[in-house]
Amino acid sequence: MLDEIKLLDKDGMRLDGRKLDQLRPIRMEAGVLDNADGSAYIEWGGNKVIAAVYGPREAQPKYLQDPSKAIVQVSYNMAAFSSDERVRPGPNRRATEISKITAEALESVVLTGNFPRASIDVYIEVLEADAGTRCAGLTAASIAIADAGIPMKDLVAACAVGKIDGQLALDLGKKEDNFGQADMPLGFVPGTGEISLLQMDGHMTIAEFKAAMQMCMAACKHIHELQRDALRRRYAVNYADMSEPEAEQ
Amino acid sequence: MKRTIVPEIKKELIYKLAQRGCREDDRTLDEFRPISFETDIIGTAEGSARLKLGKTDVIVGVKLQPGEPYPDKPDQGVLMTGCELKPMAHPGFESGAPSDDSVEIARVVDRGIRESGMIDMQALCIEPGKKVWMVFLDIQVINYDGNLFDAATMAALAAMNSTSVPASRFGLGEDFPLPVNAWPVTTTFVKLRDVLLVDPTFTEELASDARFTVSIDDNGHIRAMQKGLKGALIYDEVIRALDIAQKLSLELRTRLQTGE
Repeated sequence: MLDEIKLLDKDGMRLDGRKLDQLRPIRMEAGVLDNADGSAYIEWGGNKVIAAVYGPREAQPKYLQDPSKAIVQVSYNMAAFSSDERVRPGPNRRATEISKITAEALESVVLTGNFPRASIDVYIEVLEADAGTRCAGLTAASIAIADAGIPMKDLVAACAVGKIDGQLALDLGKKEDNFGQADMPLGFVPGTGEISLLQMDGHMTIAEFKAAMQMCMAACKHIHELQRDALRRRYAVNYADMSEPEAEQ
Repeated sequence: MKRTIVPEIKKELIYKLAQRGCREDDRTLDEFRPISFETDIIGTAEGSARLKLGKTDVIVGVKLQPGEPYPDKPDQGVLMTGCELKPMAHPGFESGAPSDDSVEIARVVDRGIRESGMIDMQALCIEPGKKVWMVFLDIQVINYDGNLFDAATMAALAAMNSTSVPASRFGLGEDFPLPVNAWPVTTTFVKLRDVLLVDPTFTEELASDARFTVSIDDNGHIRAMQKGLKGALIYDEVIRALDIAQKLSLELRTRLQTGE
């Protein structure tokens, strides 16, 4: 263990100057691609992620079709240039797992019963990675599904919480992820209070876990606001700005 | 790529317009769509660019790391070009191993850059026969509306020109800019029966019989060519295309160099 690396300074501030319960800057935008039925772009700290949604469309190959509901398929991919070390293109075990849990997280909110035999295909492309790409990806994918006009119970908002120098910290950065003692990504559905994604590695006590969950759920609620705001910016109509049509002579 | 159908009536329309020197988007036959690009958009890459050609949207990232040279070129750096046509970019793209199309695009872009001597490969030699810089050029298409050859090449040029060799990270001295000597610009045409169109959109590509890409260097010389699709070209058409490409490449090169 490289315990010598100090992740907190004497005032309890983190390497990037954040407080323990502070998120990195997040910017989201809905509807960024022409061809996709729905799409979203998110910048989250040093992460840059695009999500695209195609569908509902006929599920292919056919044996995947469910006669009672739609399936959600996710492909999470890191671009070759998205990391310090070049990422070899193509699927790997990490990407496969993230794709699977992201699909499951989304399937729990999408009203799949409306679209029997269909597939909702979500493509998450990580252009630049700086820890927390699965949360950024899931957050963006939720916006993209809403942007595609697919009915959902609510948006999934995702964020990670972890432990650095023995203290709980929200939204770990790359160094904190590498040298911290725990990392816990959470996908939360504020409207229903459901948890649609939860992973953890590292070491936490029960008390720490409870505190971590509280911290992370509060953050997810904030992220949920940002998601809604991104959709509002794309779709809201300001009637005050609309002028009366000129009367035809 | 999955089979996409373009109705005969649409093909006929595109052809009829082209005969009169017109196109669906009000361009002339030898006019590019609007081009916009920005560089240094990916912090983790040593060089990067995002380029939009009409609705075609491409991101190129350049990564460098030390590696072994090829035995036949022990004193030269190595260039590797990859292209990913992900399902994000178009409903016709499928996931999985690189398709024929993406391999062709990567190789045509690679050839233009390599054959023009765009990068001074000898300047990328660290220790002859043992260690050289390997340049990974990765093309990621995020929205596809035709003519990836030119969009990817232009994005690659812009990305390479913004690339810094990360020597200090590997303990090999100070960082230095990637030595760029030449600007090989490609121009792609499609042929519909007897007319040639520059910079085809997706629909125009589908309606076409043949495709032709030519890479022109700073001196107006040809550095690479590629003919694609099932149709054939006649000599006069190739000459006409080369003439147009020479003119267009001047303008494109200046725009890429000045960043406007």
